[in-house]
Amino acid sequence: METILPHTGQDIVVKLENAHKIYTMGSQKVSALGGINISFSRGSFWAIMGFSGSGKSTMMNIIGCLDRLTTGRYLFNGKDISGHGDDALSDIRLNHLGFIFQSFNLIPQLTVQQNIELPLYYLGWDAAKSAAHAHGLAAMVSLEDRLNHRPTELSGGQMQRVAIARALATNPDLILADEPTGNLDSKTSRQIMELLTSFHNAGKTIIMVTHESHIAEYAQNRIYMKDGLIEQIEEKQFEGKNHAPN
Amino acid sequence: MRQIKLFRELASGIQTLMLHKLRSFLTMLGVVFGVGSVVAMLAVGEGASMDALEQIKKLGSNNIIISSVKSLEEESTSTTRSFLSIYGLTYQDHERIEESFSTIKKNVPVKLVRKESRLGQNSLELRVVGTSRQWFEVIPRELLGGRILNQADMDKQSAVVVLTEFGARKLLAGSNTIGQTIRIGGDSFEVVGIIKSETSQGGAMQIPDKEIDAYVPITTARSYFGDITMKISSGSRLREKVELHQIIVQVNNIANVEPTADAIERMMTLFHKKKDYQINVPLALLKQAEATKRTFNIVLGSIAGISLLVGGIGIMNIMLASVTERIREIGIRRAIGARRSQIITQFLIEAVVLSTIGGFIGIALGITIPWLITLFAKMPTVITPTGLLLPLTVSIGIGIIFGLYPAARAARVDPIIALRHE
Repeated sequence: METILPHTGQDIVVKLENAHKIYTMGSQKVSALGGINISFSRGSFWAIMGFSGSGKSTMMNIIGCLDRLTTGRYLFNGKDISGHGDDALSDIRLNHLGFIFQSFNLIPQLTVQQNIELPLYYLGWDAAKSAAHAHGLAAMVSLEDRLNHRPTELSGGQMQRVAIARALATNPDLILADEPTGNLDSKTSRQIMELLTSFHNAGKTIIMVTHESHIAEYAQNRIYMKDGLIEQIEEKQFEGKNHAPN
Repeated sequence: MRQIKLFRELASGIQTLMLHKLRSFLTMLGVVFGVGSVVAMLAVGEGASMDALEQIKKLGSNNIIISSVKSLEEESTSTTRSFLSIYGLTYQDHERIEESFSTIKKNVPVKLVRKESRLGQNSLELRVVGTSRQWFEVIPRELLGGRILNQADMDKQSAVVVLTEFGARKLLAGSNTIGQTIRIGGDSFEVVGIIKSETSQGGAMQIPDKEIDAYVPITTARSYFGDITMKISSGSRLREKVELHQIIVQVNNIANVEPTADAIERMMTLFHKKKDYQINVPLALLKQAEATKRTFNIVLGSIAGISLLVGGIGIMNIMLASVTERIREIGIRRAIGARRSQIITQFLIEAVVLSTIGGFIGIALGITIPWLITLFAKMPTVITPTGLLLPLTVSIGIGIIFGLYPAARAARVDPIIALRHE
């Protein structure tokens, strides 16, 4: 069981120190991350940008506890989790992270409500409590009348809103959005980004990967990546909340 | 927090299986037929051996039956050389057994003579059994009227006879029963009692009593009919002297049956030059029959078990396909925070649900088949609790065993690759 990490007095949610990720492909070693140093503070909204192969997806997977660093340190809520095993990382994903994907990634045989409840199911909530919670979340993304529908009966924007509701279900410390508008038209994209911005304004920490600059505009801060390294960081300097990379 | 209630896992497993009703049903079918055939095979096997066991039990499991047999050399020489062939058990053997063994509770001498009996118009070829009153205790049969033989009959060599129900119907039909005088051979006997006869279908085992029996005191049989009988076979006359045809011994304790039989055997070899007797121990036959039955059931069950195995392989096949098909779902669940063990549980439960439901349907089928066999083929079938529980347990076990590998495959899926999977 992962203990709930303290929120108070801990400004930084994610900190990477000299983070390296090296993939071995046959006999060749490919460096996907070549020594990243960065911190993401609580309440911030970041966009990670870069071309394919720049290392942004690898960074996302590392931050999302789906992959592990080859060398370097990953501190989550101030705690070094670089050496954590599979179960411990699963627990961090369950308790502290929420994912939003380009292709929504809802489970087709489950209803909207069951999809939203999925993290709560793994948390072991009882049915009545999670149903009530799912109703609240669905109302937040204006889908309370779609709870018994299957994902295939929904539009792209609706599916992404279900995914957002699911990502928020455990009240996570960090929301990770991987090209959240990649499969949506511009109007729906705008709606989704406005929804994400509203959650950011309510205090959520969001890290988003995108290659579209107008989508990245919604974020406070932007990281440009190239060849596994951070090329440039743009920070909006206000509220003094954000931390520059060390 | 991490513990997921089993019934919720079950409910979600059933929900997933219900999405592909036909596929789930077809997958189940292997187990249905597997369990069905195991249950049916065991029921048929059990039924077949029941018959044999029943027969043996009628002989009495505490009994030892010693019978006179014509030894082989006697058989080949008697017709040509000796005028009178003498063989078999003697009165002395009976007394010796009585004196020598403390483990013997009852010791019944049996003298068998074939005689024609008559009453008025009715006649019947009887097997006259000269014996003591203990016969009725060793081979208990219901007394329908009158009394059985007693010690006074023995002492006085009374001309009294106890008939079987069958004999009484044939001979005494219409007449007054008890107290009637019938003629056996050339002598008159008073009917003092009638007992129920056990009508057996013969089979491999011989029950000591027959329906054409007429029981007389052994002392009477000896003085009236003597020890010498004459047989006419293939033109030549054959005279035989046999004192006792059987000695039936009842041992006080089932544990002493086999040691006592061995001891009797040793004693008999000491006093009989020729092997003109045979010792039958129903208990040994019973044990042998039970061992045969066990082997029979194991063989039948194993053959049927192969189809159960095939059912398991079917489940594994479908579960493997399901893992490949749902690789993205696995990725999503893992990304959300499901542990490997929870993915294993999910897929294992689906496999076990399939095999368990299949097992129950199979049991229903397995009960119907023997019922039909009994109905149409008149073959006895017996369904034992073990015959139901064993295949059911095995089918659940098969779900676990054949579900484990696909479930482990599911848990090993890398969520990053799975999420990228289209």
